Amino acid sequence: MEKDEKTDEKAPPMILLDKVGKHYGNFRVLSGCSMQVAKGEVVVVCGPSGSGKSTLIKCVNGLEPFQEGEIFVNGVSVGAASTDLSKLRSHVGMVFQNFELFPHMTILENLTIAQIKVIKRDKAEAEQRAVELLHRVGLRIHATRFPGQLSGGQQQRVAIARALAMDPICMLFDEPTSALDPEMISEVLDVMTELAQDGMTMMCVTHEMGFAKRVAHRVAFIDQGEIVEDVSKDEFFDHPRSERAAQFLSRILHH
Amino acid sequence: MNYNWNWGIFLEASPDGTGSYLYTLFLGTRWTIAVSLTAWVAALVMGGVVGTLTTLPRRGWAMLGDAYIEFFRNIPLLVQMFLWFFVVPEIVPEAIGTWMKQTPNSSFWTAVVALAFFTSTRIAVQFRAGILSQARGQMMAAQALGMTLTQSYCYVILPMAFRIILPPLTSEFMNILKNSSVAMAVGLMELTAQTRAMQEFSFQVFEAFTVSTIIYIVINMVIVFGMRRLERWLAVPGFSFDRGAEADLRGGA
Ligand SMILES: Nc1ncnc2c1ncn2[C@@H]1O[C@H](COP(=O)(O)OP(=O)(O)OP(=O)(O)O)[C@@H](O)[C@H]1O
Ligand SMILES: [Mg+2]
Repeated sequence: MEKDEKTDEKAPPMILLDKVGKHYGNFRVLSGCSMQVAKGEVVVVCGPSGSGKSTLIKCVNGLEPFQEGEIFVNGVSVGAASTDLSKLRSHVGMVFQNFELFPHMTILENLTIAQIKVIKRDKAEAEQRAVELLHRVGLRIHATRFPGQLSGGQQQRVAIARALAMDPICMLFDEPTSALDPEMISEVLDVMTELAQDGMTMMCVTHEMGFAKRVAHRVAFIDQGEIVEDVSKDEFFDHPRSERAAQFLSRILHH
Repeated sequence: MNYNWNWGIFLEASPDGTGSYLYTLFLGTRWTIAVSLTAWVAALVMGGVVGTLTTLPRRGWAMLGDAYIEFFRNIPLLVQMFLWFFVVPEIVPEAIGTWMKQTPNSSFWTAVVALAFFTSTRIAVQFRAGILSQARGQMMAAQALGMTLTQSYCYVILPMAFRIILPPLTSEFMNILKNSSVAMAVGLMELTAQTRAMQEFSFQVFEAFTVSTIIYIVINMVIVFGMRRLERWLAVPGFSFDRGAEADLRGGA
């Protein structure tokens, strides 16, 4: 609640979206989306299915191109032609709904491949970092296994560790738990919670409202490609301003 | 039917003076294997490159790949063989044309080139399917880690695509062996050509074709066996080619 929207002007935001718009032909997916994620802040993005959440978060690291507006990550413009997107992405971690581990590599290789090929760490150092992170997500003993041999929850924790291995300055999550069986959701959320408590800047698309209540600083609600609400967590849950957000909340909290 | 079976024919000398008929078939087999293997390696590389091109996000490259595929797969293999042998040397600059005609074993190289181009289109289509069968997610995951397009293809997309298409690649390998018999049309004395020669000289058509049929079958069985070994060697533990079957995998963890 001390995070008043207008005041903390000291540090530039880690992620800044300025009137971002995107369309496929005549079909509008995003329009005028503006929001910020400050350093160390955790912002949860939610909204109905098909509202454009995945598209929005993929615009942040340039996986989806956008036609209007601007996005800055740590001051670097994502849309600018001169930006080296690979370099930018190498320090923006991303976790996907379907894990997207590389199936033909062991867990350890999944964690080291980008360290070695992208940021040119030597193999020993990369492996040391990988083992450290596997330990942190409680999967150290699985280092030599393959993704297909792990449960969904385990795979997603590996995916988080894989992103962390690049020492990201911020993390993007796109519905990291929605492909998981209920009993595996908490093991992933626990890892994310810990990450937030360590001060990681996070933008999370998720419908886990419990997680949002516990961990988020702010919540952005998106509907039909527009950011309808972008407020502090307490405000969002206690007094949603818009009718649409209120409806969404009542549906998701009471099902 | 009045036919004199004579299995001893294989030990008799062939009139071309190279040795026994059995030996001429052996020489033919050697050419067949040489042509098929060389063309196979070339077709695999060319097919891999072209198939990858057709999946690139750059329009120009994708169109180039599509054009290549349409061109080389719409012309019959026999016609391509003749084109490379008779036509191409005449329409390229004279020095190159002369070199093509005078190269030792020019019919061998012609057969390799024609078979490689022809087969590479089929392999390209398979690579394309193998690449596209991995949902966009794998590409995104690779790029989200900062990999360039080339790195994403080399480390993530292509190794899986290759594994996925191994079974159809086996059929292509067998096809190239069978199609190599077309090389006799440009004068390569491969197995079919040697069989025909034996038949013409000795009139023992049944013996000749029985043996060459068996040789083709045996070579193809070796291919199947070898490719199965390769498949097993490259198998990814716990990976199901049916991406919808992830629930099953969880049970096995
Ligand atoms: N390649 C595409 N071409 C046309 N429309 C698309 C394309 N990709 C997405 N869309 C549309 O854009 C809209 C937003 O999609 P998006 O995946 O961002 O939604 P979402 O909020 O993440 O939904 P979900 O909760 O189901 O994941 C949807 O209506 C979708 O149909
Ligand atoms: Mg989505």
